[in-house]
Amino acid sequence: MNTSKLSRRGFLSTASAGLVIGVVLPEKSRAQSGAATAFDPSADPATFAPNAFVRVAPDDTVTVLIKHIEFGQGPNTGLATLVAEELDADWSQMRAESAPANDELYANSLFGLQGTGGSTAMANSYMQMRKAGAAARAMLVDAAAAEWGVPASEITVSKGRISHAKGTEAGFGAFAEKAATMTAPAEPKLKQAKDFILIGTDVPKLDTHAKTTGKAEYTMDVYRDGMETVVVAHPDKMGAVVASFDDTDALKVAGVIAVREIPHGVAVYAKNTGAALKGREALRVTWDDSKAETRSSEQIYADFSRAAAEGGRAAEEVGDAMAGIDGAVQVIEAEFHFPYLAHAALEPLDAVLEMTDGKAELWMGSQFPSLDKPTLAATLGINPSDVQINVMFAGGSFGRRAQPTAHVAAEVAEIAKAAGGNGAWKLLWTREDDMTGGYYRPLTVHKMKGGLDADGNIVGWHDVVVNQSIMAGGPMEAMMKDGMDPTSYEGATKMPYDLPALKVDWVRQDSPVSVLWWRSVGHSHTGYATEVFLDQLLEAGGKDPVQGRLDLMKGDAGRDRGVLEKVAELAGWDGTKVKGDRAYGVAVHESFNTYVAQIVEVSDQGGFPKVHKIWCAVDCGVAVNPNVIRAQIEGGAGYGLGSVLFDEVTLGEGGTIVERNFDTYRMLRINEMPEVEVAIIQSDNDPTGIGEPGLPPVGPAVANAWRALTGQAVTKLPFSKSVGV
Amino acid sequence: MINFTLNGKEVSVDAPDDTPLLWVLRDEMRLTGTKFGCGIAQCGACTVELNGMTRRSCVTPISMVEGSYVTTIEAVEGREARAVQAAWEAIDVPQCGWCQSGQVMSATALLREIPNPTDEEIDNAMAGNICRCATYVRIRAAIKNAAKELEG
Repeated sequence: MNTSKLSRRGFLSTASAGLVIGVVLPEKSRAQSGAATAFDPSADPATFAPNAFVRVAPDDTVTVLIKHIEFGQGPNTGLATLVAEELDADWSQMRAESAPANDELYANSLFGLQGTGGSTAMANSYMQMRKAGAAARAMLVDAAAAEWGVPASEITVSKGRISHAKGTEAGFGAFAEKAATMTAPAEPKLKQAKDFILIGTDVPKLDTHAKTTGKAEYTMDVYRDGMETVVVAHPDKMGAVVASFDDTDALKVAGVIAVREIPHGVAVYAKNTGAALKGREALRVTWDDSKAETRSSEQIYADFSRAAAEGGRAAEEVGDAMAGIDGAVQVIEAEFHFPYLAHAALEPLDAVLEMTDGKAELWMGSQFPSLDKPTLAATLGINPSDVQINVMFAGGSFGRRAQPTAHVAAEVAEIAKAAGGNGAWKLLWTREDDMTGGYYRPLTVHKMKGGLDADGNIVGWHDVVVNQSIMAGGPMEAMMKDGMDPTSYEGATKMPYDLPALKVDWVRQDSPVSVLWWRSVGHSHTGYATEVFLDQLLEAGGKDPVQGRLDLMKGDAGRDRGVLEKVAELAGWDGTKVKGDRAYGVAVHESFNTYVAQIVEVSDQGGFPKVHKIWCAVDCGVAVNPNVIRAQIEGGAGYGLGSVLFDEVTLGEGGTIVERNFDTYRMLRINEMPEVEVAIIQSDNDPTGIGEPGLPPVGPAVANAWRALTGQAVTKLPFSKSVGV
Repeated sequence: MINFTLNGKEVSVDAPDDTPLLWVLRDEMRLTGTKFGCGIAQCGACTVELNGMTRRSCVTPISMVEGSYVTTIEAVEGREARAVQAAWEAIDVPQCGWCQSGQVMSATALLREIPNPTDEEIDNAMAGNICRCATYVRIRAAIKNAAKELEG
């Protein structure tokens, strides 16, 4: 695409391919990923940065530049739907393309990338993309009106055709050039929800065909002329560094070009992947463990458990929880253990970097391009404006590619720098690199205590959360207030329940183990700990799991209540927790402003839970594409179920990582996937996240069903460690 | 030199005997629809057809392929393959998509062998293909839809 011709005003330009329109935002709004944003083309251009963008080509195709990375959660389809809706386009003419990241464009022109995360893609694009579509429509209509000599008000647009009562009719492409000369409306008129044609329907996903035929292009599929494949020997303990290495045998491997030490390890450069892998096998590296984590997971749990007993800083406090518990008739305690987890996206981490006379072009499933770019530039010692990032389809992420440390961009830059000069390099992480490479869901302990009065009512609740901070020590630290990292305990706080006395404490622990957001972040453990513990208290108090929760829900918890009532109806909940050999468990949890309740059906197969069915109710505001929402619930539940049942990254004796591939880090397989039935709550609220919220309730719902069936409360995850062994 | 028939064309490859077929397909032939996921035949992302049977190309040494017929996602054909791919698209099975070439290869092989598989037969045939996005509900449904289409 030609972006250099774009006007400095930043919202409209004539590019050679026809009409280009973007929506621009004041600088200060740009960083607020969840915020609804204003369409304000009249503000001072110097404070503007681009945000979203529509391209209408002479052949009638409408391409939407997607600022969020597509790794399966559906932004290409969802954001294109918003534009198509307001543009009155036909779905068949819509295309989606990843918006590239580029400092020059970022500062001056139409594209801005701030990254994808927190299930915010739809929430933060909903108004922007609709306005972009509406503005494009208005300008096409103005162009047609001028051409046909009729008032714009007499022109209608439907399914990609612009027409006038006199019988004149044309597609968008015919007016693409002329529309580019029209003035963009300051505040384009948006449709009312009742007039939506595409929003709320299951339009086919734009990337399905390519992904069904092997044609979709991912980072690993990029081949450049003269490209070398590089694998890096990484330490198998977190925080270890290279002490020395012997590359004698590695260099003897046919096809190995060079072996070079880089800050991230020892890099083997080869003509192809086969040679690179063989070369690395032949390489001998001695690691310096002096700054590594040398505790085992078992020791870390013991340390965290001790720290929990010592208490931490209050993240939330209502009433006097300790007094409530002290005065209780019955006190229940539980300590929950959540292991380190690898994201294990099926495409391991990778990147392709090409250097041409001091300029860098990167192909990567970059989730935070605006962090990857300056890191790449700094490592290479070049200007960020000399870096172009092509954001590729990614074979999953689940948080793994959203790297505040930009370590993959840094590593591929180190590889290019160590080689020097022009060239192209593909950095390939194997499954073992990916599994042992850190950036795990933080190992977490919840030490919980609850008290009941004589009527079985909860009179005190205390949850001490112990884990490492994801945000501390990186560029995200600025988002922490008073040293508190909400991603460590989110979901343990702000529960929908009206408890008379509650205290949530956080104890921060540090370790050389790198930690990162893992699908649903803090909610991945807080949802489990709170909903399992609550279920135990309800049971001890003689309350029904559904009605007991409903009775506790606060006045403002209407959406939590809505999904819980809906799922109870869907599953035909009648208060019977065990029917024959099947047991039923419930959980409800809000994350990323989306409310999800699930009921699961579980049986005991050889001493281990078999999950037969998941009923789910979800309230994520306006359901832009119900089919994508159902898919994300199915996927989120499956992802969560697999991890709760099977997964743990274990630091063994001395801190060596035990699980290295899928033979020991078990993925959920098709025979273990339950049936999933989803009800979507009809809503006029603005859309909220869907990539992550399906995950948190599944684990606790299964645990609650299992406890109903067997009496065993599973507090140490995964199940495979606690159950049937 | 190793000679074999790839997607209907005779090809010759100069690679060490123990080079996995997967990397020959990708690095030498630039057939990138076949994916790398684990390298130890645990995930099925690299599934291809070798002499009419599904095969994990990541653990298949190129020497073993001498004189064989290899078909990849780029050229998989026949009524079962068409029905599977159409069924996949009709209900939007893929999410991230990385495993889906392998899923389509395995599902096609299943329907060639068992035209109307039960749930259990689907599970048995497809359990070697991991989908980290857990699109399994749809994989199961799409295979059934494809089977119905082939029947009718």
